[in-house]
Amino acid sequence: MQITIKYFGMLAEVTNCQEEILDEEVTTVLEVLDILYDTYPLLKTKDFQIAQNQEMVTKETLLTQGELALLPPFAGG
Amino acid sequence: MNRYNRHIILPEIGEKGQQKLLNSKVLVVGAGGLGCPILQYLCAAGIGTIGIVDDDVVDESNLQRQVLYGSSSIGELKVLAAKKRLEDLNNTITIHAYAEKLTHTNAIDLFEKYDLIVDGTDNFATRYLINDAAIITKKPLVYGAIYKFEGQVAVFNYNNGPSYRCLFPNPPKADEVPNCSEVGVLGVLPGIIGTMQANEVLKIVLGIGTVLSGKILYYNALTVQSTTIAIRKTEQTNYAKVVAQFQKQETEFSCTTEVLQITISEALQKQNVQFIDVREVDELPKVTALNCINIPLSQLEEQLNKIHPKKEKVLFCQSGIRSKKAVTLLHQHHITNCYSLKEGAQSLQAELNITETN
Repeated sequence: MQITIKYFGMLAEVTNCQEEILDEEVTTVLEVLDILYDTYPLLKTKDFQIAQNQEMVTKETLLTQGELALLPPFAGG
Repeated sequence: MNRYNRHIILPEIGEKGQQKLLNSKVLVVGAGGLGCPILQYLCAAGIGTIGIVDDDVVDESNLQRQVLYGSSSIGELKVLAAKKRLEDLNNTITIHAYAEKLTHTNAIDLFEKYDLIVDGTDNFATRYLINDAAIITKKPLVYGAIYKFEGQVAVFNYNNGPSYRCLFPNPPKADEVPNCSEVGVLGVLPGIIGTMQANEVLKIVLGIGTVLSGKILYYNALTVQSTTIAIRKTEQTNYAKVVAQFQKQETEFSCTTEVLQITISEALQKQNVQFIDVREVDELPKVTALNCINIPLSQLEEQLNKIHPKKEKVLFCQSGIRSKKAVTLLHQHHITNCYSLKEGAQSLQAELNITETN
């Protein structure tokens, strides 16, 4: 399945890109995360939530076509 | 009402809408990068009562983005510098300046006085505190946060909607997410995000448009892309749970500011200490040495300005009971570095006499 992954804030600094396309045999959000953790080990140290097609999801959520966004919290003001 | 003419001629606002703005009370926590544009637009729009909470002073490095301040404000308390500027911008509204840190002890009382809370702070501890206090006092919360070139805006706790905890249930580990002073920020970014927050405040008060509730908006100033993500209400915003958590933290806060006691010999070894006699003025024996000042416990809160902001302070009374109370009182006013003398004035004076004779 082709999924567009979007990275926000400091996560884009870890992955060195703001978005990329993942083309793998995956069915859940967790499986995508495992692939991303392998590619970018530093991601494991970051706090973030995940949205699929602009809706918050959990790791167990089944993937649909479209995009995943990795959303970190921001502190600054 | 000529001041508000451009509002009033809008059919969506009119005189009725403007009156709603004038009748509203908004508390802005943080008078920094986000706080400045928020305050500026709320004040100009005629929000009738505005509260500002911040215990920080203006630093030269703030001027790149904190547009309420000028070179002449450097070193001044932000809340006072902001109040001065805002009163010039609109002298027909009321502005309350609170030069204090928002804590689990003062948040609830403060929030109760306002209709709506705006978060313009720069750290997670205060953001979670604001979120929880808004839930407890049932006030809508207009949230904004920034990171380098990106920002977030959301309205939480609006009409029983989700809160910040539905999005991020717990604060990240300490030091994991840096703030502007550590990694930098594009000066105009808080201007954009803060103005969006002010816009949400006006819509909520006026009851027009679609409020950014149940969603969070991510904005990137470099790509000019914005993404809105839907948030569902979760158990994290359960009222009873938040109250219990809040009370626990309130207790922890008072424990961490436990009154430190000190003996006479320890106190006399300290250099550069301010000794404060908290007995009533006519109590004996008088302690004459040590340059000590006398502020009776009963007048302590009115005379906080006599207390040295930086030096360590040793408070004493006749037996060590009132001095302990006095230290607790100072903690409540966020004055730290205070000790309560274990022994009383009599022993202290005796010890000083011995030292003198030797």
